[in-house]
Amino acid sequence: MTPCPARFFAALAAACIGLSAQAADLTVSAASSLTNALREIAPLFEAAHPGTQVRMNFGASGGLLQQIAKGAPADVFASADQETMNQAQAKSLIKTDLRRNFVSNQLVVIVPTATSKTPATAADLTQPAYARIAIGVVASVPAGRYTKDVLDAARLWGAIEPKMIGAHNVRQVLDYVARAEVDAGFVYKTDAALMADKVKVAFSVPTAQPILYPVAPLTGAPNADAAAKFVDFLFTAPAQAVLSKFGFGKP
Amino acid sequence: MDAAWVALTLSLKVAGWATAINLLLGVGVGYALARWRFPGRNLVDAALTLPMVMPPTVLGYYLLVVIGSQGVVGAWLLEHFGIRLIFTWQAAVIAAAIVSFPLVFKAARVAFETVDTQLEDAARTLGIREMGVFFRISLPLAWRGILAGLLLAFARALGEFGATLMVAGSIAGKTQTLSIAVYEAVQAGQDDTANFLVAITSITCIAVLLSAGRLMPGRVLARG
Repeated sequence: MTPCPARFFAALAAACIGLSAQAADLTVSAASSLTNALREIAPLFEAAHPGTQVRMNFGASGGLLQQIAKGAPADVFASADQETMNQAQAKSLIKTDLRRNFVSNQLVVIVPTATSKTPATAADLTQPAYARIAIGVVASVPAGRYTKDVLDAARLWGAIEPKMIGAHNVRQVLDYVARAEVDAGFVYKTDAALMADKVKVAFSVPTAQPILYPVAPLTGAPNADAAAKFVDFLFTAPAQAVLSKFGFGKP
Repeated sequence: MDAAWVALTLSLKVAGWATAINLLLGVGVGYALARWRFPGRNLVDAALTLPMVMPPTVLGYYLLVVIGSQGVVGAWLLEHFGIRLIFTWQAAVIAAAIVSFPLVFKAARVAFETVDTQLEDAARTLGIREMGVFFRISLPLAWRGILAGLLLAFARALGEFGATLMVAGSIAGKTQTLSIAVYEAVQAGQDDTANFLVAITSITCIAVLLSAGRLMPGRVLARG
């Protein structure tokens, strides 16, 4: 009789080895707000560089930085803010000379489409009608940090923080608003556009500094060659066309 | 480190409530499955075990769809009572109770099945009513196994993360349980806080497991 368990484990082991040792894999750790755009750009890059397979890892920029700092085998890091990338640079995790800003974005306040109340300014959000406001967790989500900076400058943070529902990335804020579980939320213009049927932009929030997304290959990149090529590719016409289609601005 | 103690207290509160709910539901369902023969009994058992084996995110999504303010139950609660469950510690209790429910009813079922029915019958011949038989014969004899299940459920509820995060969010001091506080600290690179939280969590869980181990009869462990 054939020893079935042995065969099974052999197959399993083979599958595991096959999954883990692809020399031509490129792992991109990118801010959540880039999810849709980069998912469209990846196949374009793969078509231009046959044999390379792009793997995407999305999350809050702060969380991605921690993964990379703890040794996650990523090749490229794209953050939604300068501060997180500065921290990566301070820890010598990125190739500093290849760091570049590739898109810009805009912070907006969104409300559920079905809502009867729409704020016109950030000060309106202090009204009792807005009991729950979704904001990215300040310590790890750039959109949350931008929000806090703006509200701090307007002396509104103290009034709004008690209503804050912390989200672990900006897309979670979007989801909370789309499900009408919160009365308002702070996201990027590009996120709001993805769910235009469920959320509407109440107003744009001007930030003191423009919101620029930096990207850089990582010093510990297992696939350094493809990493540099991918960063370059983001500045080519086809990639920029996808980014602008999703509403990202030029840096 | 005050925030850590707040998170621990909240976790204990959530796990405590979840376990209390499961004491009633789990023992009831466990007893019903042990004593009643009906078609599809094993199917019911399997369906009720689902929360333990399903990914917590799937459960969290189900809960969001059901108790969310646009969900079937959630919309009804909001309309009639003005209750919004999402982002409250009560939502965390619901998530924790559902996830840990199978541990209680499974343990209870096995414990009741090991109770000698001749003892129950003997009590009946002596004129004790069904309620009396349950509380004076079956429950005391099955209690050790049930308690072991409850402690495991408490530990599981204490560690619940995925579904809780989805329905209760992460509001410091309100819905931020220990496991969510750990996640947040790691995401933010606050390793000192993370280490402290992880140490508290580990110690609490070990204490619960040691108590469970002392209570658990070997046969329940093997069969449950």
